[in-house]
Amino acid sequence: MTSEVTAKGTGTAGSASGQGASRRRRAPVKRLMAPAVIFLLVWMIVPLGMTIYYSFQNYNLMMPMMRGFAGIGNYAILLTDATFWDALGNTLVLVVACLAVTVGLGLLLALLFNATFIGRGVARTLAISPFFVMPVVTGLIWKNMLFHPVYGLISWAMRSLGLEPIDWLAHHPMLSIIIMISWEWTPFALLILLTGLQSLPEDQIEAVRLDGANRWQEFRHIVIPHLGQVLYVVVMLESIFFLTSFAEIYATTSGGPGTATTNLPYYIYLNAFFQYDIGLSSAAAIGAVILANIFAIFLIRFVAGNLNAGSAR
Amino acid sequence: MNAQRSNIGLAVVGWLVALIMFFPILWMVLTAFKTEQTAFSTTPEFLFSPTLESFRTALAQGAGYWHYAFNSFFTAMVSTLLGLALAVPAAFAMAFYPSKRTDFTLVWMVSTKFIPAVGVLIPIFLIYKSLGLIDNDWGLIMLFTAMNLPIMVWMVYSYFRDVPKDIVEAADIDGASTMQTMFRVILPLALPGLASTGLLALILAWNESFWSLTMTDHNAATLAVFIASFKSAEGLFWAKMSAASVLTVTPIVVLGWFAQRQMVRGLTFGAVK
Amino acid sequence: MAVVELKNVVKRYGGGLTGKAARSEEAPAVDDFNLVTEDGEFVVLVGPSGCGKSTTMRMIAGLEDNTEGEIRIGGRDVSDVAARDRDIAMVFQSYALYPHMSVFENMAFSLRLKKAPKSEIDQRVNEAASILDITHLLDRKPRALSGGQRQRVALGRAIVRQPQVFLMDEPLSNLDAKLRVDMRAEIVKLHRKLGVTTFYVTHDQTEAMTMGQRIVVMRDGRIQQIDTPNALYARPANMFVAGFIGTPSMNFMKMRVGDDTRSLKGETARFRAGDAFTGDLLDSHRGQEVWVGIRPEHLQHHEGDAGALENGLSGTVDVVEPLGSVTMVQLEIDGHRITAQLEGDTRARSGDTITLTCESARLHLFDVVSEQALARQPVESAATA
Ligand SMILES: Nc1ncnc2c1ncn2[C@@H]1O[C@H](COP(=O)(O)OP(=O)(O)OP(=O)(O)O)[C@@H](O)[C@H]1O
Ligand SMILES: [Mg+2]
Repeated sequence: MTSEVTAKGTGTAGSASGQGASRRRRAPVKRLMAPAVIFLLVWMIVPLGMTIYYSFQNYNLMMPMMRGFAGIGNYAILLTDATFWDALGNTLVLVVACLAVTVGLGLLLALLFNATFIGRGVARTLAISPFFVMPVVTGLIWKNMLFHPVYGLISWAMRSLGLEPIDWLAHHPMLSIIIMISWEWTPFALLILLTGLQSLPEDQIEAVRLDGANRWQEFRHIVIPHLGQVLYVVVMLESIFFLTSFAEIYATTSGGPGTATTNLPYYIYLNAFFQYDIGLSSAAAIGAVILANIFAIFLIRFVAGNLNAGSAR
Repeated sequence: MNAQRSNIGLAVVGWLVALIMFFPILWMVLTAFKTEQTAFSTTPEFLFSPTLESFRTALAQGAGYWHYAFNSFFTAMVSTLLGLALAVPAAFAMAFYPSKRTDFTLVWMVSTKFIPAVGVLIPIFLIYKSLGLIDNDWGLIMLFTAMNLPIMVWMVYSYFRDVPKDIVEAADIDGASTMQTMFRVILPLALPGLASTGLLALILAWNESFWSLTMTDHNAATLAVFIASFKSAEGLFWAKMSAASVLTVTPIVVLGWFAQRQMVRGLTFGAVK
Repeated sequence: MAVVELKNVVKRYGGGLTGKAARSEEAPAVDDFNLVTEDGEFVVLVGPSGCGKSTTMRMIAGLEDNTEGEIRIGGRDVSDVAARDRDIAMVFQSYALYPHMSVFENMAFSLRLKKAPKSEIDQRVNEAASILDITHLLDRKPRALSGGQRQRVALGRAIVRQPQVFLMDEPLSNLDAKLRVDMRAEIVKLHRKLGVTTFYVTHDQTEAMTMGQRIVVMRDGRIQQIDTPNALYARPANMFVAGFIGTPSMNFMKMRVGDDTRSLKGETARFRAGDAFTGDLLDSHRGQEVWVGIRPEHLQHHEGDAGALENGLSGTVDVVEPLGSVTMVQLEIDGHRITAQLEGDTRARSGDTITLTCESARLHLFDVVSEQALARQPVESAATA
């Protein structure tokens, strides 16, 4: 483009061309962005393109002879595969339930830790620790030492209370997964929402108190609107991670019993690495990408609406 | 008096919540110090004479802890540094020399985070296989970098945006080139922000399991793979599993304790000052 | 040191993130700016907020491109010269010191970039520091300095450069009133000593009047008048300049030019335009309305009978503000609010009806439609006539 001309550093162009200075700057600046852009292209976009390509191919590593264009064959198989629909449903249940629990609980805890009490700093630090625990560890610890129907701590506690112990992973597999993931991610919501709360200007609260607002009104009309942006960040990042939950399932239920905890990532993993069906799992992967983008669009609209509401005020 | 009492009430609730949240970790630590017999019992023992036996086994030659730990450390560290090396120039250009396409590029970069790993798993597996990058540290490093890059760009960008534009202009007028402005003025200024971005990337890479489990076998296997190998322990090695978990989790949890504040600042993407 | 020339310079913002078409409809931030400085001149840009002062300055600095026109520094067309190659120094309103560098490093930074020898850096920084009296602060970080000290460091950073041109964008507006007056004098002294062509932006007309050798008055991106402080005060080119320069502001009243083309009549007020105004111009306004401008300090209390006065206006005193040496009096006359600056010991009280008078040579007349000043002979000759 035109930047090529000035990049050579000619000093004769004169004043006719208005945007001299910015063009002078832009050329090297593009080069600064290039590595990151190229890296993401090579590692994300090109493979994504290949996934799309494979999804229209007959391609099974076990049957190397049967290659070729499959049309929408893979998608047709996918849409009639009950396991796929289970996986899709499980993914949605997992994401929505974990979002509800972590945001709700996170908000409550943020309000709690926003108050001053003895040893608050230490207590907060303990409470957020689960976020830093490796998901595989989370899975194993919960599965063995907490959820185990005989030797698990929860079973012992229930027995001590005279209740019948539950085989959590066998009878409530999805609930167990949701509990584990929420345990990891509530701290994240708590941490970010707490930072949001602490950035609330003191004078706003005082002003509304002088206006005679009660605690609930204060919360509803000052705190929540102030947290809008921050809540959005929490929901966005959490949905990205919840949509791709894998390690917790891998380490505990392996998608079972049956398909009870098979989500899309796990479904694709099984098809690719155990059925060697590249075409079918690619089609499912495209399904996962589409689902993620539906969430993305939904979230972007949500924030756009928020922004508009903000400027109207 | 009343305030005092509600304060105590709050303290009780706050500490109770903190202990409940922390309990699984505590229980893991306690179990790590038990013998296998005490670890695997129907009535949990809270008081016992601690033993280092499980740690000794976990750290023994042949158990392989050090092999996995080295891989975890190496891949997390290098991918973090590589991520910073890519993210900083890009964020710098976008924050201080925005053009018409800046917004688009930024949103595009972040939106690649919405491509789930499974969306690219198959091609990457096939490409890596043909390039011999399966079970290779560098193959893993590139994946960790790609995974963290969008978030890193955005975090660094939000830190850079807090630097007054005046300062860049002052450097411009003082005769600094774009590179000199970046290295001698902006980087030293944004160092705390870069550090917390790096810490977050390090934590995410260390805890990453999807790519480690699918792309490595032994040579490049990280601690996530090591821990996952206890998957079918079924009560036989609970103490040993706990000890290995403690060894895996402790460095990062402690790092997280110290970095919690700074990390959050960047993660809110500037929504919170 | 250098002459700076701006020829037909125009700046239009836009073409940015939100679509070119919508923006280009907007009025330019700077429109048709023409100015040639003298070598070593101290030029002040003044005007209300948003009038384009900073934009002009940033175009000279090279931080912003001019959309049209030409900028020359020392005879060289700088349109394609980056800011860092223009050999100019700038003092920012926010000071823009590098927070991670000591005062010494802040001042030395530009020399280090040029790879100047260490001895020269030391010598030039120390020299600048001693001129500004900040030698004892050289090891500190900016955050450990007071506002006034930061201001000095920012000046020091500019001085060390020994540039062709100094640009200062409201450098004093973050200081308290007293410090501002001190620094004002100091910058003027510094300019005299170094003799570098200086552009100075302010929206404070007192600062402009006391510092500038020439003042550029701007409004809505357009130059209203370029003149020396005295000339601006005595012969404002239009009502905007007349009202902007001088405190308190000039009073304006609408009056009709009589058939004799000399007398001016309001409802009760009346003036004689005198010889200061060329007859022809008032001829063309015969029987029409004009704006009459009178500075508060040119109004005098007339103790006698109003009826006999050729130049007189009377009204009831609303507000009396004694300031010691003078007393400000506000009256309502013919529907216009008039401020008069009277002797400190004036006997006028709120509620009194008083008569004010003014020399005809001190009147300013403006066209009602164009708001331009009606041409007049130089004040000096009018006063002696
Ligand atoms: N980056 C920009 N993009 C678009 N419009 C701008 C930009 N910078 C300034 N403007 C507009 O240009 C006009 C002139 O702005 P400028 O900053 O030059 O005013 P100023 O005279 O320095 O005012 P102040 O006394 O408030 O500093 C204003 O209307 C402003 O809104
Ligand atoms: Mg300005």
